[in-house]
Amino acid sequence: MSNTEKITPYPKAIDKVEFIYGIADSSLILAQRLSELTGHGPTLETDMALTNIALDLFGQVRSYYQYAAKLIGDNKTEDDLAFFRTEREFKNVLLVEIPNKDFAYVIGKQFLYDQFHYLLLRELQKSEDVTIAAIARKSIKETAYHKEFSSNWIKRLGDGTEESHKRMQTAIDDLWKYSDEFFYPTAADKKMLEEGVGVNLEELRKEYRSNIAEVLEEATLEIPELEYFQKGGKDGRHTEHMGHLLSEMQYMQRTYPGMEW
Amino acid sequence: MVVLENKVEIDKKLFPVLKAVNDPEIPVSIIDMGMVREAVLEENIAKVKITPTYSGCPATDMIAFDVKMALEQAGFNPEVESVIDPPWTTDWITEEGKKALEKFGIVAPVDATSDKKALMGEKHILKCLNCGSTHTEMVSQFGSTACKAQFRCLDCGEPFDYFKCLI
Ligand SMILES: [Zn+2]
Repeated sequence: MSNTEKITPYPKAIDKVEFIYGIADSSLILAQRLSELTGHGPTLETDMALTNIALDLFGQVRSYYQYAAKLIGDNKTEDDLAFFRTEREFKNVLLVEIPNKDFAYVIGKQFLYDQFHYLLLRELQKSEDVTIAAIARKSIKETAYHKEFSSNWIKRLGDGTEESHKRMQTAIDDLWKYSDEFFYPTAADKKMLEEGVGVNLEELRKEYRSNIAEVLEEATLEIPELEYFQKGGKDGRHTEHMGHLLSEMQYMQRTYPGMEW
Repeated sequence: MVVLENKVEIDKKLFPVLKAVNDPEIPVSIIDMGMVREAVLEENIAKVKITPTYSGCPATDMIAFDVKMALEQAGFNPEVESVIDPPWTTDWITEEGKKALEKFGIVAPVDATSDKKALMGEKHILKCLNCGSTHTEMVSQFGSTACKAQFRCLDCGEPFDYFKCLI
């Protein structure tokens, strides 16, 4: 079988590739979750909005993966990285793989991610790697719209009806434990920071917390108090949901390797 | 060389060829959308740099293909490259492009400050293409594609797309 060769893990040697996975995989998995809502959004407008956000993220991810594939060489393509890596090779944060459950969860995940994503991109624009800086400069314009969209919905649901408030608070309470993983640097993150390519993630935590608190307060939602946060996704240790997500996302290429449409 | 309002320089011989290529989703030339960043002719090789509007715009690959086809049919040897730096902005849409957008029924992007006010619902600014009223409001920040927002006219009831400002 020729495709077993393709499934072989990629060389771990390239720190920059691992660093890129750390950024792009989270956007990919979130976009995959969002695309589950296409045709199922609670209203036509939110359906289109969430689908468009997914599309923006997929587009950004393509730019990162094309660059990572170039760094790996060996005729690797963006599709190899999306469809032929195994669960442990994905370096996304746990937050984005959590199932959609209800609209409050969709918005809650989006909000917690967008707020971080925006700060990350703002810093990445200063990266000494010109390609990464260019992708960040392009992406931040789109992510600014995403952030506004999800923050507005947090306020609308939180400060809405009794039911919407209750559901939004439940989602925030449940998702909160995944809201700190962003700021733990992996070995690749540290290496890239040293080289002027990466971002000092730990320095972004305070600003993130205060931006989040501002929106939640306006939404009349309570900020959960928690001492222990979940992490592991950035090191390839995922929740039980990840395997299911990947099997659906990768099904076509795993079944018909190299298929095009 | 033809120099556009957005300061892009395009080889005289390539200009009519590229001008005839439209964005597949909107009948506006890619030149007027500001998507052509450079077009030079070296010997018979047409070196063209194009840029996507939004990262995920599904039309991007299609446009690169259309550009290649058009150049080949005009007898050139095309080398088409996609670039993202500096990132595309609605400021690069030419006056002719804005007119073409509105003729197609999409309200062209206004300046950044007015754009924010219109999207935030602070001010009624955008003009309904059907009746001319500015008594309009946003329905959804994301329209049928990522680059558009959906509005409606509060006077005549007409829904319309607005091409969002991206700067
Ligand atoms: Zn009207």
